[in-house]
Amino acid sequence: VRFLVFLEHHEGQLEKGGLGVLSKAASLGDAEGVVLGAGAAEAAARAGAFGAAKVYACEDEALASPLPQPRIDALASLVEKTGAEAVLFGASVLAADVAAGLAARLEAGLNWDLVDLEVADGELVGKRPALSDTVLVDVGWSDSPRLALVRSGALDPAESGGSAEVETFEATFSEFSTLATLVDQTQEESSGPSIEDADVIVAGGRGLGSPEAFSLLEELAAALGGAVAATRAVVDAGWYPYATQVGQTGKTVAPKLYIACGISGAIQHKVGMQGSGTIVAINKDANAPIFDFCDLGIVGDLHQVVPKLTELVRARG
Amino acid sequence: VKIAVCVKNVPDATVHKKIDPQTKRLDRSGEGALNPTDLNAVEEAIRIREAQGGEVVLVSMGLPKAVDALRKALAMGADRAVLVSDEGAAGSDLVATSRVLAKALERETPDLVLFGQASSDGDGAVLWAAVADRLRRPVLSQVAELTIEGEAAKGKRQTEHGYDTISAPLPAIVAVSDAINEPRYPSLKGIMGAKSKPQETLSLTDLGLEGDAGEPGSRTTVLELGPPPSRGDSVKIEDDGSAAEKILAYVTERRLL
Repeated sequence: VRFLVFLEHHEGQLEKGGLGVLSKAASLGDAEGVVLGAGAAEAAARAGAFGAAKVYACEDEALASPLPQPRIDALASLVEKTGAEAVLFGASVLAADVAAGLAARLEAGLNWDLVDLEVADGELVGKRPALSDTVLVDVGWSDSPRLALVRSGALDPAESGGSAEVETFEATFSEFSTLATLVDQTQEESSGPSIEDADVIVAGGRGLGSPEAFSLLEELAAALGGAVAATRAVVDAGWYPYATQVGQTGKTVAPKLYIACGISGAIQHKVGMQGSGTIVAINKDANAPIFDFCDLGIVGDLHQVVPKLTELVRARG
Repeated sequence: VKIAVCVKNVPDATVHKKIDPQTKRLDRSGEGALNPTDLNAVEEAIRIREAQGGEVVLVSMGLPKAVDALRKALAMGADRAVLVSDEGAAGSDLVATSRVLAKALERETPDLVLFGQASSDGDGAVLWAAVADRLRRPVLSQVAELTIEGEAAKGKRQTEHGYDTISAPLPAIVAVSDAINEPRYPSLKGIMGAKSKPQETLSLTDLGLEGDAGEPGSRTTVLELGPPPSRGDSVKIEDDGSAAEKILAYVTERRLL
């Protein structure tokens, strides 16, 4: 299968989500990448290390803002030019809109929320969890190009050390594609990694007892070089910012380590974090559902355990 | 402002969801409800109409019983409803569904099309951008604050990196997040009034899309159902004062730090 992988970049760096998808594509067939927007060509060169033989770059002014519609135009012409059989995306606010718009433009099938891809008997097959991840569905496509949107964090980037040829291309834009404009942008102030990028997440729920207790989690996260996340219940209660909400109505994360503190493990939270590598849960209630899907469960008081763990991690250096 | 809100009937949150082993698709036979985020879209539409005048039209695609869910949005204050219901549309994927909705929307020529960002049944979660491409109009998604000023829609949204404010001339397609507002409960008067509000049901033939939806109009397939990968064995311990040490030992052993 000949893949084209959509790679997003931010401040000169290629995003982890796209690189994970690229590594997967390279393991299944011939992988090429595409990077769009200011600084695309420079960022594109780095995709070689993750398995792309060739990366296409377009830096047209129309692609300067992080808006989907000009990207649909650019990708549609690139798919036509290269004859890519599958176009893959790592899920993000931007990528979801680009993938869906491209599907309509090309009358192509889009499968989304995939956690894995494989090639069986020469055919691409996607793995999609359904019914709150209690069922894994194999999905396919009836025709080329095959479009797929992979759940964020589901696939890890694997560095293979190759290098990519970078080819710049020109795109033409539809009139309607450039009607939306970015009028203001504020970057989030944050001292550590975002919850999408963090390898370690320390998350808090109702069991914290008060908004102040989040400082315990912040200290642990800082010691671990991780990020702090929250459940819907505490975000709704105004204890922690909406940007950190993990779950059905928040973000989906898949860090290597997820430490759930005072989180009961309601289905609405579970779907946002169960793809994590290792889940450690600390909860006073021995019957909390989270103990059914964690790797290490501590029945105890997080107000005791968390500060002590922070101390131990700090002492470790 | 003429506003069309695309809404969807989904299995009620209290219903145990299952997949029909025959069709390998979600079993939609049980009790239905309006998709929760669609309520935010309906609420936003009603607020815009209350402030600026105009009309709120619901546009939906689904089984004939979807009219029950539409009635709730009518009770909230929407003016009328259009339901595309056709056996030939069952099992439509993104390309097919967006094709049908775009055709139904073209008949209405709204100034603004609203979607609810997330769909609780997992289907149709990215429809707006596909519909926008078919209608050849600008799209704004994940919008948490929306203002309609003169001939333009301005939306503020949260992304992975911060906040973006995007402006687009009308007509525009906007997907709202559930952070945008708190949907109202229908009043008794609203519930009584909903029954007499106009409801129209369209077939694929009415839209000139016979054979273009459902499985023939779709490009994705469902192959197989299986159990998800298991997490393996889990360890559960009571804290005897040494839990912190045990966590550290556990994660160090697995090279997670």
